[in-house]
Amino acid sequence: MFVLVVGGGKVGYYLAKELIEAGHEVVLMEKDPGRAAQIADDIGSIVIARDGCEGNHLAEAGCERADVVAAVTGDDEDNLVICQMAKHHFDVPRTIARVNNPKNEALFRHLGVDELISPTRMILGSIEQDIPVHELLHLAGLGGGELEIIEAQLRQGSPAIGRAAREVPMPEGCAIFAVIRDDVAVPVRPDTILTEGDKVIAIGRAECEVALHTQLIGDPDGLQPAGA
Amino acid sequence: MNIVIVGCGRVGATMAGDLDAKGHRVTIVDISTRAFERLPATFGGSAVRGDGTDEDTLRRIGAAEADVFLALTEGDNRNVMAAQLATEALEVKQVVAKINDVVRAKAYAELGIATICRTDLMTHALLGYMGLPVGPTPRIREAAPHTHPDGTSPVAAAIGGSTVGGTTVGALPAVEA
Repeated sequence: MFVLVVGGGKVGYYLAKELIEAGHEVVLMEKDPGRAAQIADDIGSIVIARDGCEGNHLAEAGCERADVVAAVTGDDEDNLVICQMAKHHFDVPRTIARVNNPKNEALFRHLGVDELISPTRMILGSIEQDIPVHELLHLAGLGGGELEIIEAQLRQGSPAIGRAAREVPMPEGCAIFAVIRDDVAVPVRPDTILTEGDKVIAIGRAECEVALHTQLIGDPDGLQPAGA
Repeated sequence: MNIVIVGCGRVGATMAGDLDAKGHRVTIVDISTRAFERLPATFGGSAVRGDGTDEDTLRRIGAAEADVFLALTEGDNRNVMAAQLATEALEVKQVVAKINDVVRAKAYAELGIATICRTDLMTHALLGYMGLPVGPTPRIREAAPHTHPDGTSPVAAAIGGSTVGGTTVGALPAVEA
């Protein structure tokens, strides 16, 4: 695969490095010549010291034959323009943008960027996973935030323990699709029996959260504090 | 007319002063208050400090009610983003973005935003002054028709098809982790 990475900050640098190690063809564009030279010393002459927002420079970098363009600069407006130019001017099949301000996510999606990476949301998400404030963990948002992937650990008292997956009443539009048992991901089939300690991974609309809580953890009002 | 201008640089400030003097209602936004020093002393419109690429800011200053929205900052990409917010989120009818990169100016005109390109204008004027052959005077590139027949906007239209659609999960090849 040929991947064009625009932006040579920490994200762009490590992304390019990993892609090369995985055997992909990579070109990295970084407009600051000093930074570009520094990266080139480290990972070789795949760096172009040019501004990836300029149409001509994208063309020189071979944008029209790229399979993926990843715009990972620190400026949202630059990332948007790089992806739109790649997609609509150079017919790149897949575009990925780093979105620094979560407010811009909806606009980027609406404007046709295929994939969004939101460092702000990721940091918030991993803090939430480290400090289990809620018993339902939000792992990811999909489809512009309408759908959520959540994780619930089945503790003593959960009505789901000992039941087959098909017997756990799910709110409409929600589905359990995997459990993590002893750190191994197991696909859930209708006859999979849920056991204590399972981490259940479900997907559903954001408003189904209360119902999911009731089915997987227990009645939200009669809660045992986590770890008690 | 009710006009919103993003960016109080030389072009923005001059346009704002001019339109205000002609009796239009003008609101100009810039991230720096110092930029407003460029406005003429007689300017009677409103000058608001704020980020013109932020939807909430644009709504607060009433950009959704604007007849015309001009994105005239020094940054091509900021202008592109402000203009797309105005078109797609605020549904302003007439939106123009200043884009100095010729390639980007052409590309965004095709994507539904009217663009004006200083590079084109100056090249044309200089060649003409030197008495060299020039093409027609560059103007604002009109936006391509905003919607496709199926009702989707051109920018939101292109989404590729998946190759696994219609396959049962069991039929997908297993992949070693």
